[in-house]
Amino acid sequence: MQPQEVKEALGTGVVIEAIQSMSGAESIAPDHMGRGRLPSQGYIPKAIAVDAGLRRQVEELLFHQAALLDNKAWGEWTELFTEDGVYWMPSTPLQTDWRREPSIFAEDRLLMEVRMGRLLHPNAWSQAAQWGTNHIVGNTVIEAATPTTLEVYSRFQMMEMRRDQVRHFGGSYRHSLVKQGDGWKIKLQRVDMTNGQAAYDYVIQAWV
Amino acid sequence: MQPIDLANLVQPDRVHKSVYTDQALFDLEMEHIFEKAWVYCGHESQVKEVGDYFTMQIGRQPMVMVRDVDRSVRVLYNRCPHRGVELCGNQSGNTGKGFVCSYHAWSFHLNGKVKAIPLVKGYDGTRMHTDDADCSMVPAARVDSYRGFVFASLSKEGPSLIDFLGEAKIAFDDMCDRSPVGEVEAVPVCHRVVQHSNWKFFMENQLDALHPSVTHQSTGVSARRVEQRLKQDKGSAPLFFHYLSTFASSFDQWDSVQTVNFKYGHGILKAYMGLRPTDPDTVAYEALIKQAYGEEKGEEYLSRSIHHVLIYPYLSVQSPLQQLRCLRPMAPNKTLSEIWHFRLKGVPEAIYERSLWYFNLVNSPATMINADDLENWTKGQLGLESKGGEWVSFHRNYGGDTEKDGVFYSNNGTSEVVMRNQFKAWESYIRAAIQPTAKA
Repeated sequence: MQPQEVKEALGTGVVIEAIQSMSGAESIAPDHMGRGRLPSQGYIPKAIAVDAGLRRQVEELLFHQAALLDNKAWGEWTELFTEDGVYWMPSTPLQTDWRREPSIFAEDRLLMEVRMGRLLHPNAWSQAAQWGTNHIVGNTVIEAATPTTLEVYSRFQMMEMRRDQVRHFGGSYRHSLVKQGDGWKIKLQRVDMTNGQAAYDYVIQAWV
Repeated sequence: MQPIDLANLVQPDRVHKSVYTDQALFDLEMEHIFEKAWVYCGHESQVKEVGDYFTMQIGRQPMVMVRDVDRSVRVLYNRCPHRGVELCGNQSGNTGKGFVCSYHAWSFHLNGKVKAIPLVKGYDGTRMHTDDADCSMVPAARVDSYRGFVFASLSKEGPSLIDFLGEAKIAFDDMCDRSPVGEVEAVPVCHRVVQHSNWKFFMENQLDALHPSVTHQSTGVSARRVEQRLKQDKGSAPLFFHYLSTFASSFDQWDSVQTVNFKYGHGILKAYMGLRPTDPDTVAYEALIKQAYGEEKGEEYLSRSIHHVLIYPYLSVQSPLQQLRCLRPMAPNKTLSEIWHFRLKGVPEAIYERSLWYFNLVNSPATMINADDLENWTKGQLGLESKGGEWVSFHRNYGGDTEKDGVFYSNNGTSEVVMRNQFKAWESYIRAAIQPTAKA
């Protein structure tokens, strides 16, 4: 029988300790995993040593790309890519083949031309609304380098304003670059967006 | 709530704008259409292993579809009967051999029956007993499937699934028949897009053959330019340029297409999407189908004239390309769509990739097509919320369609019989709701 007076009740009691007993949930369902499935493996970039000049050159390319996108300079932006260049935003980080998996974007130069043609068409009705973006690119990691190729990892944050609504997108870029003349061109730009599989409020009309 | 004057909401050739904007009508739709009719939950292949689950809304109800230990697919309210907490905390996952509530560890078998309650002696002498139904998760009143596509109804009453689908079941037959083993499986990516408009905008738009060459002009024209250049330079262009360029066909071409409109608001937009080129992959695939089903059946399956099938009021199926979009209304002016792609079992990879391009270009969240649709619907919703007019017009070709056995065949592709037929069904659902004795 437990005490029946407030004063007496507060004067006695037990000390709750987790050391010896099984937790409540464990005692009910010892093998239950409330997390459902383990999260899919992410991607952790590994840096190699490169000289500061090369690093600077790569960062300038990334910043230039951001400026072209934010200024809707679509034509110049597509010129950042090689003739066989590809812009790919997979649906999930585990995807490996831009041609064979359901993607958010999977575009070669021809499809980039279609999208650009749409964006610039006078009757692209959804382009009537005022909109703009702001990209910040950083956390740049050069992962592999030969005299003619580079593998570059970076992270981006993008704010988009359309009509009176603001949206945020963020994630990682992985660029496969090839040397052309004095500079570098994009052979593959992989965009893994952290909120790529979240529900979209409206859609995305231009490259991220 | 004001009494509802149905005769002044839905007329044969026009509807009142409030059916798109009014909160009370939306609530009525949720309660008497979405929470009674058969609603699509998902495909069996989304829950392959025991304990695999997928959550979705049926009307306003949070539901979970789960694979039970006996391999059957259950659809349950995603809710602990103790204090109401949702049991599955993600859109999909695996819950093991049962559900366990994160609040007080009530646990349940995969069929929803209570398995264990902590310190269960605490209920001795109370009016709660663990063998009462209200100690267990509540199952959907009815669950059924057709060719692997799972539906649930939250009402014990109403037509069977097969009667509800009627002729529109061709959506699933056409999809599955294009596999030599008659089966598809869901590609495990579900895109979700929110539109700022009433769900009806989507349903009307899907079979609206007048809009593509206006709304999608920019994409159609741009794709045609690249397609024609490729044809000139290389002799051919990949089929996916054609997917986009056809959106810019002429009014006359779209008017020559036919819609077929069924009971319950379902319908089909016919039209053949040029899916039978004579490249080696297609030739090999067609041989596979004819080997599986015989020449005659195989030819029938390959030559069906279907662009879209609609299952009213929430599903749009592009069966020839194995794409499906399911609406989950959130508010009068807000609707979520879930967008799926399916893989035909037993076909060469090239055939999967061909339909994958449609999924990527038209149905992904970076769609070059729906961007302009959603824009129209947002602006449409805003216009209908205004005082600038009362009626929404569906007069086009009114009286010019052919009716046979309750099915309406348009004689013009752009006939607004599609919307008239959808509202006939809507009116009948709402009439049954406000006059319970009237027959739905």
